[in-house]
Amino acid sequence: MGQYLILIYTSEPSWAAIGEAEAGAVTAAHQRFGQQHGAVLRGGGWLHPTATATTVRRPDGPAREDLTAGADALVTDGPYVETKEALAGYYVIEVPDLDTALAVARDVPEPFGGIEVRPLRPTSM
Amino acid sequence: MTNVAPAVGAAVADAHRREWASVLAATVRVTRDIDLAEECVQEAFAQALTAWRDGVPARPGAWLTTAARRRALDVHRRAAVAQRALPLLVVDEVAPEPWGGAGGRQPDDLLALLFTCCHPALTAEARVALTLRLLGGLSTPEIARAFLVPEATMAARLTRAKKKIAAAGVPFRVPVPQDVPRRLASVLTVVHLVLTTGHAAPTGAALVRDDLLARAHDLARLLRSRFPDDPDVAGLLALVLLTDARRAARVDPAGGLVLLADQDRGAWDAAMITEGRALVLEALTLRPVSRYAVLAAIAAVHADAPTFDDTDWTEIVGLYDVLAARWPSPVVTLNRAVAVGFADGPDAGLAALDALRDEPRLASYGYLAAARGELLRRAGRRDEARTALEEATLLTANDVERALLAERLASLEA
Repeated sequence: MGQYLILIYTSEPSWAAIGEAEAGAVTAAHQRFGQQHGAVLRGGGWLHPTATATTVRRPDGPAREDLTAGADALVTDGPYVETKEALAGYYVIEVPDLDTALAVARDVPEPFGGIEVRPLRPTSM
Repeated sequence: MTNVAPAVGAAVADAHRREWASVLAATVRVTRDIDLAEECVQEAFAQALTAWRDGVPARPGAWLTTAARRRALDVHRRAAVAQRALPLLVVDEVAPEPWGGAGGRQPDDLLALLFTCCHPALTAEARVALTLRLLGGLSTPEIARAFLVPEATMAARLTRAKKKIAAAGVPFRVPVPQDVPRRLASVLTVVHLVLTTGHAAPTGAALVRDDLLARAHDLARLLRSRFPDDPDVAGLLALVLLTDARRAARVDPAGGLVLLADQDRGAWDAAMITEGRALVLEALTLRPVSRYAVLAAIAAVHADAPTFDDTDWTEIVGLYDVLAARWPSPVVTLNRAVAVGFADGPDAGLAALDALRDEPRLASYGYLAAARGELLRRAGRRDEARTALEEATLLTANDVERALLAERLASLEA
C-alpha cells in the first residue's frame, strides 16, 4: 500500500465567474466523491483562493544552520509561484498502486482545471 | 574445449534471443526491482556460458530463470535490499512455487512486463526504450543508436523511467479487463514505433535496424497470442509480417537502401506474405476497422504485385482514402498524392500535393519536396524538379537518402 496526494488545480477566474448554483453542484459532487471513495481517503482539504496566500522566503545568502528562514524571513503577499491554474484543494488516499490511484483520480470533480497524482514518500524510512 | 565453446556460445546467444524477455519477466516478479532483475538475468546468461559446456539443458529458459532467481535470493539474503531508497515494485501475490504446482493459475509475467513498460504514466520515448531494453533485450547503446540520441541521454531516459515505475507504484500487472482496450492502444503504438523505426532508412548499423524489425515481430506475435480477437492486434501483426517480409530485399550488399520499386521481389519472404495477407483479410472483417489493418492492406497490395509496374495503384489510392477519411494527417495526404501520381499520372499527383503547399507541419519534411521533385521530373518539368530535389537534399539528414536524391538530380541532366 502507498499513499498518494491528489492535487486539484483550477482556473480561479472561472471559479469566480460561476453562480451559486454551479458552485453548489461542484460541492455536491465532491461530497459524492467522498462517499464513493471513503474507504481509501486519508485526508483532504479545500483551499481559499491564492489571493489569500502569504509566502515566507529565506533571505538571500547561505542557509542558516537550522535550515529555516528564521526571524529574517521575507514575508510577502501572494502565492510562492504565480500560475495560470492554481492549487485549489487536495486529497490524500492510500491504495495498492498507481493504477488504483489513477482510477480514484478520474472520479475527482474539477470543471475548470486538472488533477495531478503524486506518490508520497513513506514517512519512516 | 575449443570446439565446444563456440557451440555453447551459439546456444546461449540463441537462448538470449528467444528467452531473455520471459526470463527477465519471471525474475522481476521475484526481485520486485527491475534493475536487480536485469543484473541477475545477465549473470545467469554469463553462468550459462560455462555451465552449458556439459550439455545445453532441455529447457534453457527454465534453467536461466532458476539461475537468475537463485541469484536474486542471494542478493536478498545479503540484505542489501533493506537499505533501498525506492519502494519495491507492486506485484500481485501468487502461489510461491514459480512454475510448477497443480491448479494455480500461472500469472502472465511477460504480458505484465509489457504493460508496465508501456504504461501511460511514462513518456512515449521512455515506453519504447524500456520495451526494447526489457522485452527486446537490446543494450542501451543499441537503443540509443536506433533513435539517434547520445548513449548518455538514453541511459538517463531509462533510469528515470525505472525510478518512476518504482516510486509512483506503476504495478507489474496485466490491467483489469475494462482497462485493457485503452492500455492496449498504448502498447500497440509502441510496437508500431519499433516497426517504423526499424523500417526507416538505415542511418545506424543495419544490424540494429534488423533487430528492431525482429523485436516488433516478436511483440506483435506475443500480443496476437494473448488477444486473438482484437482487430488492432491482428492488423498490426499483418503489417509487421508484410513489412518484415521485405527485410532481405531492402538493403543491397553494400548496405545501401533499395527502394520498393527496385527491390528483388523474389527475395521477399513468401511464408510471411501468405500469413500476413490472411491476417489482413481477417482484420478487415473485424469492427471497428483498425488503422493498422488498413496500413497492412496497403502493404498487401504491394505484396500482391509481381513487379512494381503491376502495382494496383487505384486500390492503394482507395485505401489511402479510407485513412484520410478516418485518420487524416498531412503524411497520409502526401502518401495518397504519391499513389495518385502512379494511378492517374504525375499531373494528378501534383494536384493532390497542392493541398499540402502551406502545411506548416511538413515545412521541414524532406519527403514532401522529394515527392514533388519526383512528380515534376516525371511530368517533364525539369527546372522545377531540380529546385524541389535540391530542397529535399537540404532537408534530409540521412546519407542514404541524400545519395538517392543525388542520383535523381543527376538523371535530370541526362
